[in-house]
Amino acid sequence: MPSLGADMAAGKLVEWLKKPGDAVRRGDIVAVVETQKGAIEVEIFETGVLSETLVPPGATVPVGTPLALIVGEGEPARARPTPPPERPIAPAPPTAPPPVAPPPAAAGARPLASPAARRLAAARGVDLAALTGSGPGGAVVSADVERAAERAPAAARGRIDLAAMRQAIAAAMARSKREIPHYYLSTSIDMTTALAWLEARNADRPPAERLLPAVLLVKAVALALRRFPELNGFHSADGFRPAEDVHVGVAIALRGGGLVAPAIRDTAARPLDDLMAAFRDLVARVRAGTLRSSELSDPTITVSSLGERGVEGMLAVIYPPQVAIVGFGSVTRRPWATDDRVEVRPAVTASLAGDHRVSDGHRAALFLREVDDLLQSPERL
Amino acid sequence: MTENEIRNVVIDEMRNLTPEIDPAEISGDADIREALDFDSMDILNLVTALHKRLGVDIPEADYPKITTVDGAVAYLRERSRAA
Repeated sequence: MPSLGADMAAGKLVEWLKKPGDAVRRGDIVAVVETQKGAIEVEIFETGVLSETLVPPGATVPVGTPLALIVGEGEPARARPTPPPERPIAPAPPTAPPPVAPPPAAAGARPLASPAARRLAAARGVDLAALTGSGPGGAVVSADVERAAERAPAAARGRIDLAAMRQAIAAAMARSKREIPHYYLSTSIDMTTALAWLEARNADRPPAERLLPAVLLVKAVALALRRFPELNGFHSADGFRPAEDVHVGVAIALRGGGLVAPAIRDTAARPLDDLMAAFRDLVARVRAGTLRSSELSDPTITVSSLGERGVEGMLAVIYPPQVAIVGFGSVTRRPWATDDRVEVRPAVTASLAGDHRVSDGHRAALFLREVDDLLQSPERL
Repeated sequence: MTENEIRNVVIDEMRNLTPEIDPAEISGDADIREALDFDSMDILNLVTALHKRLGVDIPEADYPKITTVDGAVAYLRERSRAA
């Protein structure tokens, strides 16, 4: 059972996607587990034959419990490892914040519902799948959710326990605010050059090859982190451990509420086209509910943007055990003083929340300046 | 293509992006960023899908013209005629 967050103690095996005797290759998805972040696909890191599954569907087992036995090519069968404990496992303590999506039904499509109804259902802890919609085409609308909430506030919920998800957010964010001495910095970045460069680059490309501004922001953060390792890594009881590579977790909102922040691996090393393809793929899979376990456990820092929703800036809460989070607001046209004139320019507010146990405002300010510098020379991205 | 055929394609591609609610049921002049909760990635994916289906390239400057079903249909009809 993989760990998908610092606070995750256990997970429930929902289904096996491979059966004993199947050949498996490194990177294959072999099982689906349910956590408070939703249903997550479990990848395998060995190549061989799945000789035995050790945990049945429906069982909740602690993190670290062997789920299956894999025999390498030409390798004799191994002895069965210590079986999973038979005692009942307490529900996994809440993990993760930039978290929680109304996930991914391991089977079946999401119920038809309006975005407003989804938001309301998430807030009231109502399971959409259990409702009969009165909206167009049988879609669940807000009034249906209201009625259900009044009728049965504690009604049994489906696979997704919305209240537990809210608890997970509460616990992780409370832990973050309790344990991490946050400091916050922000700066305005002139986006004139970056947007002009992007517009020219996208102009003669088909839609499938166009980039979104968010990709430039993520790449600038990743490149800048190379010089600021104290912002990229994990803090634990043993202290700070800088990460060897930069895997930026990108916060992706889900229609109807909730968000997850899966990693784009090796963010700093990848060309923009590659990053855009990875970003596109992640958004599609977040919404389809097919995230992989490593994508949730890999991020070494998180980038969050609420720009799409029109806010000018944001001060985010660090997702432990990470030690920093970068936030971007909307790109808006603002008065901008340059030399002795004031011009109207597109600008974005970039913020950073840092862990004062690990870094200081002075270095973090230099980091934000480096992000700014990179965005003034987009050809370097 | 007729206006109806274009409308069917637009709604079909929007539906692929948001299975939660049927775009055919929203008002033709409703902003899809609100009514369907579309973000910039959804708009780009819609533009990509329409390009693939209809062969009409929608430049970035024209994205605001396709943020309603009616707007998208009118825009695509105009571009198809011009082509």
